[in-house]
Amino acid sequence: MTPLAGYLLVAALLFSIGLAGALTRRNAILVLIGIELMLNAANLNLIAFWRYGPHPESLTGMMFAIFSIAVAAAEAAVGLGLVIQIHRHAKTTDLDAMNRMKG
Amino acid sequence: MSIVFYLLAALTVAGGLAAMLLRNTVHCALALTVAFAGLALLFLNLDAQFAGFAQILVYIGAVAILVVFAILLTRGSETPKDGVFSRSWLAGLAIAAAVFAVLGWAVLQSVRVLPHETAVPVVTVQQIGVALVGRYVLPLEIVAVLLTAALIGAVIVAMHEKEEHK
Repeated sequence: MTPLAGYLLVAALLFSIGLAGALTRRNAILVLIGIELMLNAANLNLIAFWRYGPHPESLTGMMFAIFSIAVAAAEAAVGLGLVIQIHRHAKTTDLDAMNRMKG
Repeated sequence: MSIVFYLLAALTVAGGLAAMLLRNTVHCALALTVAFAGLALLFLNLDAQFAGFAQILVYIGAVAILVVFAILLTRGSETPKDGVFSRSWLAGLAIAAAVFAVLGWAVLQSVRVLPHETAVPVVTVQQIGVALVGRYVLPLEIVAVLLTAALIGAVIVAMHEKEEHK
């Protein structure tokens, strides 16, 4: 197995773990954690393709990963702010208990 | 494939699994930090020093702390009595397994054409800085605007509505 295939398999496994968590956990914060894991798995793919690609000196994959890290940080801040506001409103972060669109 | 890669991959996957499986939410956040650290070390193992240290700074330094703050502010550390997994957990697990099967199949199918070991790219921070303010200056500006908007937006969303308490 080539090194790139190993990294891609690890990223696929991490993505699936994050997806499973985002789909099955009840706590809204843990759903956000699952989404963060999926974003990180995508970053690992970008860096691995940059490292083993034909033109690593053009820095394309590395730049994509760095911008992706910045966007993920913004997403985490807004997402956790939303969770805190929902908790203040509904007194719970249990997603199964939040089954109403209004009030 | 070196032994270092296998160790780091095992650390990262174990951290991710623990973050998604543990019952106590604070323990999940700590396991998430382990997964982030493993990913940063994988980046360093891929000779992407800048991305690796950015990962440590942004994820371990900021995102993990934010997650812990959110857990403590929402009293999420109390384990619910009726389980931590949603009622439709079997469907979610099946979807995730199907996604992994497709991704793994695609990778294993393309192993023949994937490149083998290549020369280590030499990337200095100066090159990254020149690229950031040269070829990638527009994305850089857009990310700056996005981070400002996210900062203001997060504060506004999480701010107390004073009118409710009058």
